[in-house]
Amino acid sequence: MQTAIDNKITDQKAHSAEEVVRIEHLSKAFGTHTVLKDINLHLSKGENLIVMGKSGTGKSVLIKCMVGLMEPDSGSICIFGQSVPDLDEKELNDVRKKIGFLFQSAALYDSMTVRENLEFPLRDDKEIKSGERAKMVEEVLNNVGLLEAIDKMPSELSGGMRKRIGLARTLIQRPDIILYDEPTTGLDPITSREISHLIVDIQKKYGSAALIITHDLDCARITGNRVILLDEGLVIAEGSYDDLKDSNDERVRDFFK
Amino acid sequence: MTADKATAHHTADSSQEKDISKPTGVKALLIEVAGMTHFSGRFFKEAFLPPYELNEFLKQSYLIGNKSLPLVGITAFIMGLVFTMQSQPTLAKFGATSWLPAMVSVAMIREISPVITALICAGKVGSGIGAELASMRVTEQIDAMEVAGNRPFKYIVVSKIAATIFMVPLLVIFADGIALIGSYLGVNLSGHTAFNVFFGHVFNKLDFIDVFPAFVKTFFFGFAIGMISCYKGYNSNEGTEGVGRAANSAVVIASLAIFIIDMIAVQVANLFN
Ligand SMILES: Nc1ncnc2c1ncn2[C@@H]1O[C@H](COP(=O)(O)OP(=O)(O)OP(=O)(O)O)[C@@H](O)[C@H]1O
Ligand SMILES: [Mg+2]
Repeated sequence: MQTAIDNKITDQKAHSAEEVVRIEHLSKAFGTHTVLKDINLHLSKGENLIVMGKSGTGKSVLIKCMVGLMEPDSGSICIFGQSVPDLDEKELNDVRKKIGFLFQSAALYDSMTVRENLEFPLRDDKEIKSGERAKMVEEVLNNVGLLEAIDKMPSELSGGMRKRIGLARTLIQRPDIILYDEPTTGLDPITSREISHLIVDIQKKYGSAALIITHDLDCARITGNRVILLDEGLVIAEGSYDDLKDSNDERVRDFFK
Repeated sequence: MTADKATAHHTADSSQEKDISKPTGVKALLIEVAGMTHFSGRFFKEAFLPPYELNEFLKQSYLIGNKSLPLVGITAFIMGLVFTMQSQPTLAKFGATSWLPAMVSVAMIREISPVITALICAGKVGSGIGAELASMRVTEQIDAMEVAGNRPFKYIVVSKIAATIFMVPLLVIFADGIALIGSYLGVNLSGHTAFNVFFGHVFNKLDFIDVFPAFVKTFFFGFAIGMISCYKGYNSNEGTEGVGRAANSAVVIASLAIFIIDMIAVQVANLFN
């Protein structure tokens, strides 16, 4: 069983690897509704961390706090050793450029073609020449297997295609950390599995760290190096997928049925 | 706290506020005015700092012109024509029909064409901007730009407001021209006046003091339309139904703002008279 003491031990072990994210005592409430109570987690370079939890436990809120889209009420969020809530606008943008964020809804820019969507994150980078940019677009589209969609509008794409384009747009910035918000939700099992394997490929290819929010057990099993489970604003379990699946804690076991 | 975070905070907290105590009446009005003031401040701050979104500005300007040109043209033509036909009998009673071109042009250029054009733009352009930005907010496109470090305020809001500031005055000048042509036609429906005679009258009677304040206020109209509709769309946070509400209130508030600005402009212009 994964107890608080066990958590500490895993914590210390992981501390030796290069740590890219550390969150301590994070809390966030909306009015009187406390969503996150006391969240502690860390993420190391090259690691895929799965975050599971019931709908509405604040998983999306957690990653929005990490990129400064929401402000935490208390606690610290350190990314690359910098405290996110204390950064000014320019510093925050610099940190954000190293983080990829796949939205639950893909959030494609629907007034732009797929190509323009993918070029958009690179627009501030004056060093990239336009020929190079085109090559980068084709490369990431190839990675997600959608090169033929390059001149389509987002409205012409299916839900699964949109998700994959969203993923491509996240990847084109070559982020060091990728935050995936339910990358496989709403997709058929085959496409889900393709995306899961893609996430693993990306991890291997770019050596990036990832935090993956998912309800999809298949996805968690394929992509995760470590799993944490949120409930009522707290991390109630942490360990490998198999550890948690065989946990004695009923709340944890219920999740893996 | 950075302005970006302020927006995030606003988005995050306001839907909850709704359940507890949504401010109403005077308090809501003051909050709205404060919000718009802050929004305008941010616009001016970011508008003058590089990098500039020239391409997006030109694209938006083109879209605004393209969207409202036909409607502005038709309306201005009809206004010029009808206004002339309506005034003619009255002036005829006093034997003052020769004043017609001067009177029509002063009324058109000082008042009617700026206000009508601005109202048309508030309806066509303002609702479009309000709905577009609100739906970008709902579908997290604005958040996506923000987390990619792409400064959505600058890209979306600054270029749109700049475009309305730039385009509304141009559309007003266009409307002025068309309205005078309409008026010329109106004059010629009863009796004959040569083209050069008519426009000779018009330009003789038009003073700097007629044209200049009217021209200056159109920039304010453009700013009000762009700022209010962007504010409503950018800060929308009530899901899909918020899109319609943003479009709607953008039009209503922008139209109201146009009349208020017009009233202030008259007072200011009179000070210099
Ligand atoms: N902008 C907001 N304003 C008020 N409350 C919010 C806001 N965003 C989220 N919440 C609340 O925070 C809680 C957690 O939301 P969140 O979106 O993080 O859930 P989640 O764990 O991602 O769920 P799901 O798995 O369904 O995506 C919900 O109860 C929600 O009502
Ligand atoms: Mg979520």
